Amino acid sequence: MTQTATPVVQARGIVKRYGHVTAIDHSDFELRAGEVLAVIGDNGAGKSSIVKAICGATVPDQGEILIEGKPVRFTSPIEARDMGIEIVYQNLALSPALSIADNMFTGREIRKEGWMGKYLRMLDKPAMEKFARDKLTELGLMTVQSIKQPVETLSGGQRQGVAVARAAAFATKFIIMDEPTAALGVKESRKVLELIQDVRARGIPIILISHNMPHVFEVADRIHIHRLGKRLCTIDPKDYTMSDAVAFMTGAKEPPAQDAA
Amino acid sequence: MSEPTNPARSGQEFEQDLNRSDARVAEFEVQNHTLLDRIQHLLHNNPTLVPVIVLVLSLVAFGLIAGGKFFSAFNLSLILQQVSIIGILAAAQSLIIITAGIDLSVAAIMVLMSVVMGNLAVFAGVPSGFAILVGLAGGVGAGLMNGWLITRVKLPPFITTLGTWSIFYALLLWLSGAQSIRGQDIDTEAPFLKFFGASFDVGGARITLSSILMIVVFVVLWYMLNKTAWGRHVYAIGDDKEAADLSGIRTDRTLLSVYGLSGFICALAGWASIGRVGSISPQSFYEGNLDSITAVVIGGISLFGGRGSIMGALFGALIVGVFRSGLRLSGVDVLWQVFAIGWLIIIAVAIDQWIRRVSA
Repeated sequence: MTQTATPVVQARGIVKRYGHVTAIDHSDFELRAGEVLAVIGDNGAGKSSIVKAICGATVPDQGEILIEGKPVRFTSPIEARDMGIEIVYQNLALSPALSIADNMFTGREIRKEGWMGKYLRMLDKPAMEKFARDKLTELGLMTVQSIKQPVETLSGGQRQGVAVARAAAFATKFIIMDEPTAALGVKESRKVLELIQDVRARGIPIILISHNMPHVFEVADRIHIHRLGKRLCTIDPKDYTMSDAVAFMTGAKEPPAQDAA
Repeated sequence: MSEPTNPARSGQEFEQDLNRSDARVAEFEVQNHTLLDRIQHLLHNNPTLVPVIVLVLSLVAFGLIAGGKFFSAFNLSLILQQVSIIGILAAAQSLIIITAGIDLSVAAIMVLMSVVMGNLAVFAGVPSGFAILVGLAGGVGAGLMNGWLITRVKLPPFITTLGTWSIFYALLLWLSGAQSIRGQDIDTEAPFLKFFGASFDVGGARITLSSILMIVVFVVLWYMLNKTAWGRHVYAIGDDKEAADLSGIRTDRTLLSVYGLSGFICALAGWASIGRVGSISPQSFYEGNLDSITAVVIGGISLFGGRGSIMGALFGALIVGVFRSGLRLSGVDVLWQVFAIGWLIIIAVAIDQWIRRVSA
């Protein structure tokens, strides 16, 4: 264990059972500062379960989770979000009929200053629209005509962009992305992968859940391979091939002896 | 930023032709926009436009058919007065329909609370102001009961409110002994109950306070829905509840507040109805819930939730009022009024479906 910095997330011995099914079986998890950590695993291996336990969507039965060295116990994703942990869900969690600006701020709207905001609880729409426009511009996504246009008028890639921009704008600790390229075409996937690298360049670590090996190997700094409810190993994509990774996660090949991971 | 230093990372091998690929997005729609498409888009962005157009057209049509007696200030203010109670109920109903729910119990809550107010003030000798407060609180309680069953017990709104409609209706028959409270008794014991029946004349128009209350209710709700975070959350829940949940909205709490507020508005309508009707009758407004849904639907608020402006319900209520008044003044049998309203509902829903199919 030769680590210089405290990991952003460190989870040890996480267990989650649903009746007779053990979704997480004494699993460990580690996310380091500034990295893109891909989480891969076969269907049913429990990769979503472990990530859900980290972001508060499920409460683990056993085990401890440390965020920046401090133990936490989230009971809902909202608590995790309040700590600066953002999640980009596979279904994006956007409200189609609301505008881009409204969507970026759902659940954390800005109110007007003074009595209008305090007593009439009036929203500061100009401020919200400006912030949304700035964030989208930063990520090179301001190809949309208007920040007020409803999300349902956007393409799949643009919607993904709005969801990523929302996460990047508010995340202070890290971002979890669940299959961000699964529903996208070739070109749009490329855009999302570039976005992931942009976000990492800002120093925000990312947990990337994906089935897409080429995408994983392209952007990940380390790969967490999940098998039968626990972490099998973490590998460096530079040292292994995609076939190795697939062999590990399906059990066709023994994992390498673990060092510091 | 995207690591141009490392060529191995700048894309997959099969993607290397991407930068030479055709950058055009499918654009055929742009040239192909017919007038109908444009209308569809316009209506999609402004869902209140349909009821406004229908309202203006029907005013013009009945003005031509029925002439001056329809277009008099007195008749127009009378329409406003006639729709005021159903209009307020429609405001409550709109809130719930925007969350993709439906409330069949709105009219039962309204009449039940008017009976509560009447019993307390007229028979129990409680000061009118206090009786009204109890009634309004009862409305909130009845709404919260609906909301609790829907959010905590996880029952569908339709079934929940079908059940509470019967429950509230039975309670109001029991509390009233199926007897009306006569207008004279209210006048002598608790005239304040009839507050919203008061009116004043402005140049031939007779404006009742209940009409003003209706407009105030709509303006306040419009503000809440469009200018506050709460309102945005109400729309987000109706649009996609799961997504709203995931994006950090406390959906159940918001839904509870919607049902509580809707119950309060129903009780307010109950108070206003005492002034409007002049007495308290347990048999009144038996179809009020359906009339409120009619106004909401004609007003262009989608029954699937998340779409439409609350002002649409006001226009919807006015359209129904204009049709009733216009057809009556044109000497058309009552049954054809019912017939016309039926078609209006169907056409309104058909237009809503068409608008929702809008292509991006």
